[in-house]
Amino acid sequence: MSAAWKRAAIVTLAAVTALGGLAACSKKNEEAKPGEIKLIVDHFGEFGYDQLVKDYMASHPNIKIEIRKTAKLDDYRPLLVRYLATNKGAGDVVALEEGIINEFKANPRNWIDLTPHVGDKSAEYLPWKYQIGKTPDGKLLALPTDVGGLGVCYRKDLFKAAGLPEDRDAVSKLWPTWDEFIKIGQQYKAKTGKGLLDSVTTAFSASMSQTGGDLFYDQEYNLIADKSPAVKQAWDLAIKLADGGITAKTRTWSTEWTAGFQQGTFAATLCPSWMLGIVEENSGAANKGKWDLASVPGGGGNWGGSFLAVPTMSQHPKEAAELAAFLTNAESQVAAFKAKGPLPSNLKALDNPDFKAYKNPYFSDAPVGAIFGAGAKTLKPIVMGPKHAAVKERAFEPQLQAYEAGQVTAAKAWEQALKDAKTQGAF
Amino acid sequence: MVRVQDTGAVHKHGASAAGPVRPRGVSGRLPRLDIRLSPYLYVAPFFILFAVFGLYPVLMTGWMSLHDWNLIGDKSFVGLENYSALMGDEYFWNAVRNTFAIFVIATVPQMVLALLLADLLNRGIRARTFFRMVIFVPNVTSLAAVAIVFGVFFRRDFGAVNWLLGMVGVDPISWQVSRIGSWVALATMIDWRWTGYNALIFLAAMQAIPRDLYESAALDGAGRWRQFISITLPSLRPTLFFVIIISTIGGWQLFTEPLIFNSGGGAVLGGTQRQFQTVAMYMFERGFSDLRFGYGSAIAFALFAIIVVASLINFALVRRSVRS
Repeated sequence: MSAAWKRAAIVTLAAVTALGGLAACSKKNEEAKPGEIKLIVDHFGEFGYDQLVKDYMASHPNIKIEIRKTAKLDDYRPLLVRYLATNKGAGDVVALEEGIINEFKANPRNWIDLTPHVGDKSAEYLPWKYQIGKTPDGKLLALPTDVGGLGVCYRKDLFKAAGLPEDRDAVSKLWPTWDEFIKIGQQYKAKTGKGLLDSVTTAFSASMSQTGGDLFYDQEYNLIADKSPAVKQAWDLAIKLADGGITAKTRTWSTEWTAGFQQGTFAATLCPSWMLGIVEENSGAANKGKWDLASVPGGGGNWGGSFLAVPTMSQHPKEAAELAAFLTNAESQVAAFKAKGPLPSNLKALDNPDFKAYKNPYFSDAPVGAIFGAGAKTLKPIVMGPKHAAVKERAFEPQLQAYEAGQVTAAKAWEQALKDAKTQGAF
Repeated sequence: MVRVQDTGAVHKHGASAAGPVRPRGVSGRLPRLDIRLSPYLYVAPFFILFAVFGLYPVLMTGWMSLHDWNLIGDKSFVGLENYSALMGDEYFWNAVRNTFAIFVIATVPQMVLALLLADLLNRGIRARTFFRMVIFVPNVTSLAAVAIVFGVFFRRDFGAVNWLLGMVGVDPISWQVSRIGSWVALATMIDWRWTGYNALIFLAAMQAIPRDLYESAALDGAGRWRQFISITLPSLRPTLFFVIIISTIGGWQLFTEPLIFNSGGGAVLGGTQRQFQTVAMYMFERGFSDLRFGYGSAIAFALFAIIVVASLINFALVRRSVRS
């Protein structure tokens, strides 16, 4: 072979190797040691798994676990979509929120069936919750983590400054109904000039969760947003709150909202139990003991809650499924509840005396176990259509915010919301 | 590598090479192949990378736009259905209108300002080099940081802009809520970032204009303004083309600033009434939020068509208004 040919071959080879090298860079996380299995847990918000995975690693020396947290569900979902679309990068155990799970369940080949690995667990969880994790043909795609029992988180110091009672029982007595809540809000506003509640949209969500049943969709996934009584009732309440002028007009999950917890922009927010961890995270250690938990005007509700699933692309489906089962078993759910507030969906966890007696030190030692636990077993299931989150966040909530900002009339806002719901709710 | 080039030079210039050509083991055909082949090898890296990261995504996007393509699920061929749906999609046209408005509000003052800045820096002012560097600084700051800081400036409560307006008696404006207000706020962000960059490009072109042109114009009694209009602007014509086309492309692809300007749930809507949702944001909403990748791809191609048309129009406008 001539020297020139050799050189040409070498150049070609170098180019090919360089490209190959590029490709190799994108290879999935290398195992730390041979024989060691690395599992990644993806979740949004606060699930309270930090200590649990440490315990799990201690009892399973061959398993390494990494938790990847994304603060907001809105940022988390696109990540997950990208992982699934490119078939690359997803964690071995991923959290799915109830508002988006149906959309992901619609493509079952992205998820492994957990049954062969963990068996039938239907007797262990709230039955309606467990059903959501299953496909129509009976595969178990996801194990339940938490349900969304509802309370009102409020700032004691701000209440005191406004001449309102601080004690959680007294505060609960202030507002047996939403109308009374609005009156208190107006009192608060008169005293401080600030909004009592963070936004109308949290009240909108809370109200829908209080009614339960069919919301934007019916059981057959027909879009019924225009005739659903639950939606209309929640809408009317939100309009009433806006008219009462009792909110701080901070868009939920915006930077102002996050900062508002520390700055005292608002003195109360609707708290599904999983929100406790988020309130704590946003308010910071300095505000420990300033928050407390009261009951919701108009009775309890069921807002949010999540599941754990294992993507098909996981290289260790068996170990991942076992980890998901561990994280959702009774003891773990109690531990997670103590750490960050997600309310157990596991029946044994709900009966656990440790759970029932738990007082949250961040929330002025509020007996959160007793408060949330009391109604947990009677929570009303909610029908979540395939595009529930999109309809709520991109059709109804923007129009409520627009109404509150004085951009549109109530009638116009309702009309536009229904119109947008048709576009956003199509699937 | 060097030796390959040498061989090439030797063969190319044949007789002119000083030393004798070394006899080769094989016939002369292989070196000739080498000459033919090596240029292609040298340019290959660019074309391979372009094919992988440029051409393939474009073709793939085109292919996807002909499908009803669920990003994480099934797909089916629908022909041009996405495009015909797009033509009747009022949200799309709303996004086009917003993007166009922001582009105009941002680009017109930006070009004028950049030209004047460049003209200033081209004259004998003090600390010229310092100012030339300073005007480029906004361009190297992080886009997200800019958007966040400006978001704070334009806040309804306690925002610096409303505070300044309040000093001259203007009522606070809800910048995120009002349509025009949000456009102006976004245009300000874009201008802050790009005016200096464009000014530098203009400056470079201005320095290539021969000094004696100005001198003779001055002898003829032309003032500074007259010199600027009659000498500087016409000489800048090719640069103006470049800058305006680049601004057109950038302006139509506007995405990050409006997205961060509207933080919180549903940020991709660009305001509660979609008052500042740009085409790129709408593409993202349909493609990634709704998982309708085919439709998103159709929007991407529509955006491409819009940019081509807009660039051509701008090209014609500049050609007519600035005569050489």
